[in-house]
Amino acid sequence: MSDPAAPRREGREDTGGLRRALRHVAGRLATALASLAAVVVAAFFLFRILPGDPVRAMTEGREVSAQQREELRRQFGLDQPLWQQFADYALGLLRLDLGTSFQYREPVTELVLDRLGPTLLLAGTGTAVAVSLGLFLGTRAGWRPGSPADRAHTAVALFFWSVPTFWLGLLLIVLLASGRGITPGLFPTGGMADPAGGGTVLDTVRHMVLPVTTMAAVVYAQYLMIMRSSLLEERGADYLTTARAKGLRDALVRRRHAVPNALLPTVTLVFLNLGQVVSGVILVETVFSWPGLGQLFYSGLRVPDLGLVQGLFVLFAASVILMNLLADLVYPLLDPRVRP
Amino acid sequence: MIHHPPPAASARHPAVAVAALLIAAPAVPAAADSTVSTLTVAVSQQVDSFNPFTAQLAVTTTVLGHVYDRLLTNDPRSGEPAPALAESWETGEDGLTWTFHLRRDAVFSDGEPLTSDDVVWTLTTVMENEAAAVAGGNYVAGFEKVTAPDDHTVVVELARPQATMTSLDVPIVPRHVWEPILEREGEGFAGHTGEDLPTVGSGPFVLTEHARGRSITLEANPGHWRGAPGFDRIVLRYYSEKDAAVEALRGGEVSFVPDLTDAQATSLEGAEDIAVNFADGKRFQAFTVNPGARTRDGEEFGDGHPALADRTLRRAIAMAVDNQEIVDKAHGGRAVAAGGYIPARYTDFHWAPEGGETDPDFAPDTADALLDEAGYARGADGVRVSPDGDRLRLRMHVHQDRPDNVNAGLIVAERLAGIGIEVENLTVDPGVLSDALHAGEYDLIFTGWTVSPDPDYVLGIHTCDALPLEPGTMQGDAYFCDEEYDELYEAQLREYDPGRRAEIVRDLQRILHREAVVNVLAYPDIREAYRTDHIDPSSVQVQPDPGGNIWGQDGYWALWSARPAAWTGGASGDGLPPVARAGIGAAALLAAAAGTAVLLHRKATEEDRE
Repeated sequence: MSDPAAPRREGREDTGGLRRALRHVAGRLATALASLAAVVVAAFFLFRILPGDPVRAMTEGREVSAQQREELRRQFGLDQPLWQQFADYALGLLRLDLGTSFQYREPVTELVLDRLGPTLLLAGTGTAVAVSLGLFLGTRAGWRPGSPADRAHTAVALFFWSVPTFWLGLLLIVLLASGRGITPGLFPTGGMADPAGGGTVLDTVRHMVLPVTTMAAVVYAQYLMIMRSSLLEERGADYLTTARAKGLRDALVRRRHAVPNALLPTVTLVFLNLGQVVSGVILVETVFSWPGLGQLFYSGLRVPDLGLVQGLFVLFAASVILMNLLADLVYPLLDPRVRP
Repeated sequence: MIHHPPPAASARHPAVAVAALLIAAPAVPAAADSTVSTLTVAVSQQVDSFNPFTAQLAVTTTVLGHVYDRLLTNDPRSGEPAPALAESWETGEDGLTWTFHLRRDAVFSDGEPLTSDDVVWTLTTVMENEAAAVAGGNYVAGFEKVTAPDDHTVVVELARPQATMTSLDVPIVPRHVWEPILEREGEGFAGHTGEDLPTVGSGPFVLTEHARGRSITLEANPGHWRGAPGFDRIVLRYYSEKDAAVEALRGGEVSFVPDLTDAQATSLEGAEDIAVNFADGKRFQAFTVNPGARTRDGEEFGDGHPALADRTLRRAIAMAVDNQEIVDKAHGGRAVAAGGYIPARYTDFHWAPEGGETDPDFAPDTADALLDEAGYARGADGVRVSPDGDRLRLRMHVHQDRPDNVNAGLIVAERLAGIGIEVENLTVDPGVLSDALHAGEYDLIFTGWTVSPDPDYVLGIHTCDALPLEPGTMQGDAYFCDEEYDELYEAQLREYDPGRRAEIVRDLQRILHREAVVNVLAYPDIREAYRTDHIDPSSVQVQPDPGGNIWGQDGYWALWSARPAAWTGGASGDGLPPVARAGIGAAALLAAAAGTAVLLHRKATEEDRE
C-alpha cells in the first residue's frame, strides 16, 4: 500500500463512521415512526372492539328518551361512518389534536395538560426513589453475594415485587392513614391536596408519601436485581485485582471501579422503563385517588370514553416509543463498545 | 410533642428532617379554617359538565340540584309533590293547561330576582334547542307553549294531558346569564361545560370551585328563601377507590360516604362515632326473559331461546325463584323481597301479588307441574325439552361488577336447575351485557332501575313504542310489548287524580307480573355512613322520613338540613390532638431513619476496615 493512500483511507473511514452513525439514527427514527403509525391505527380500532356503548353507559339510569341519546351520539360523532370517524381522528392527530373526551366534553389535550403535572410528580419521585434504593441496595447485595445482607435484600425486594400494587396501597392506607387501632392517621387517604387550606408544598409532599412508597416498593426490585447481577459479573474482573493490588480499600474499589462499569446495563433499563412509568402508575393513582393521567385513563375505560382513551393510548405509546428511541441513541454515547 | 432532630443529624440526613416536618405539618392548615363548618362527602364519579342543559352523570346532576331550584320538589315526609319555586299550581278544565304561581322571594345568587321570564326561557330553550335538550328534553316533550302572563305566573300548555307535570326535573337557570352563553356558543353549546364559577343560581348552595379529579366545593347561600343551610360549605371529595373512602371516613378525613357495598357497610357498623344508614331502596333488582327480540315493525332478530316466547315457561321460571332467599343470601338481609315493579318505598304505587292458587309468587312445585302439563318433558339428564324439541339450556348474563347480582345469579341458576332448566351463568362486563341485550342475543339477563317518585319513565320503557326502530336502538330493556299494557300506560299518564292513577299503575305491574318477562327480585337497601362527631344525626332530613336515605334524594333536603355536631373533633378518630399524633409520627419516623443510618454507617466502616 502506497503512502498517499493512507490519509485518503483514513478520511474514508471518518465519513464512513459518520454515515454509519447517521444511518443508525435514521433507521431508529424510521422504526419509531412506523411504530407510532401502527399505534395510531391500533388505538382507533382497539377501543372500538371494546364491549359497551358510550352513550348507553353515560345515560345509564337517566330518564332520557331515544331522541336524547341520538342527539348525544350526533354530538360525539358516533353517527358518522367508521371511515369518516377514523379520518377525523387521524387528521386531528396530524395537527397534534388528540380529540375530544365524550364524558368531560373537553379536548383531550387540555385534560392531559391538567393531569400531566401530578403524574410526572408522582411517577418521577417514585421512579427516583425506586432507582436510588434499587441501585444502592443492589450494590450492597452484589458485592457480597450469598452474605446475609444479600439474601435479606433480595428476599425483601422480591417479596414486594410480587405484592399486588392495589393491595399494598390499601394496606398502607389502613395502617397509616385511617387512624385505626394504635396507629394514628399519619397520612391522608388520598388525593393530592387537602381541600381545606391545602396546596402548600408540605401538604402536597405529605399526600405523596404513601403513593410514592407503594410505587417504589413494588418496582425497586428490578433495579436491585439488575444492579446486583451486573456487579456480580464485574466482581472477578482483572482491573479490580489491579485496583486492589494498588492497595485501595475494598469500599473504594467498589465505588470507583466496579460500580461505574456495572451501571451501564442499569442505565439502559432505567431509560426503557421511563416510558412505561406513566402507564405503570394507573393502579397507584387509582388507589390513592391521585388526580393524574392514570386515573383519567381508568375513568375513560369504564365508559368507554372512546375520544379520551384513544387519545391517551396514543400519548402513552408515543412516550414509550420516544424513550426507547432515546435509549437507542444515548446508549452508544455511554458505551463505546456498542457504537455502530 | 414534636421532636426536633439535633442539627448535626439533620444536616447529615436531610431526609430525616423533611420527614419530621411533614408529619408535624398538618396541624397548621386544619386549625386555620376551623371557623367555617365543612361537610365533606366522598364521591366516586367524575364530573362530566356543570352545564345544566347537558349534564348526565349522577354526581353533577346532584350538584346542580343544590345550585338551581326546580318548580316543584318532593316532600320528604309525605312523598307528595311539594312547593319549591312554585308556591302553588293548578290545572285547567281540559287538563291541557298548567299554571304555576311563583314565590316572590326567590333571588339568584347575584342579587337578580327570579321571575317567570327565567322559567319560560329555561323551559322554552329545552323545548327548542336540541343540544340543550340532552339532559331534560324528556320532561318537555309534550309541551306546546310556555308563557308568562305576569312576573310571577307561568302557564304551560300541553299537547296532551300528562300527570308527570309535578315532577319536572329541570333546573331553572337565570336567563341573563345563560342566554348570552347560548348565543355566544351557538353550535358549540353542547361542549360548554359551565365552569364559569361561582355559578349564578337560586338554590341553597353556590358552586364555587371545581378542581378536576380532586374536589367540588359548594358554599352555602345564606339568603335562600327556605333558610340558610346548616353547613357553611360542602366539599365533594373525589375517591377513585371506595375502600379508601371508607378508611377516610374512619380517620375523619371525610364526613359522609354514600353508596357502600354490603361488606363496607357491615365493617363500619359499630365503629366509634360512625352511623351507618340503611334506607329503603329506590332501585329494583330484576332479571328479564327474552320473549323474542323484535323491532317496532315486528322484524325478529337476535338468538333468544325460542321456547321463551311461551308465557307458561316464563311464569314457571319466575315461580321457581324465592325472592326472600335472594334477600337473605344475596343481600345479607339488607333488602326488601320484591313484589311488583315499583319498590315498596313508594307506598302509593307499590303492588305485590296477592299470592294464592291463581297467582303464586313462589311455588316451585306448581312451576314443575305447569311445565309437565305444557309438554316440557324431562330428558335423561333431568333437563327439560320444549314441545318443539329444544333443550332448555338458557344463557344468563350477570353484571360482574355488582356483587349482589352475582350472588343472586347463582341462586337463580340453582333454583332453575330444580325445575329442570339448565342455566349457563355468564358473569360478564357490563358492556358485554349491554351489547347482548341490544343485539337480542340473550335468554335471561339482569337489570335494575332507580325509580323516581314519579314512575312514568320506568313504566314507559315497557310500552311497544320502546321497542327498537332497528336493532340496537331500543329505549326499553326487555322487548316487552302488550296492547293492554300500552292502553293502561296512556291512561295513567292522562289521570290527574293521584288515587286513580296509582290504581292504574298497580294494574300495569299486575300485567308485568303475569307476562313474566320482567321478574323483579328485590329492592336493595341504600347503604351509607357518616360521622356523628361531624354531623348532628338529629338534624339530617332523610327521605322518606323515617327510614329514608341521605344521598340521592329528590330535592336537597339532607345537605340543606344537616348541621355540624356540637363538638367537632380533630382529623382523627382516636381522640388524640393533631399535635400529639404529629409528635408520635415524627418520633417513629426519626427512630426508624436514625436506626437505619447507624446500621448503614456501621456496615460501611466495617467494610472500610477490611
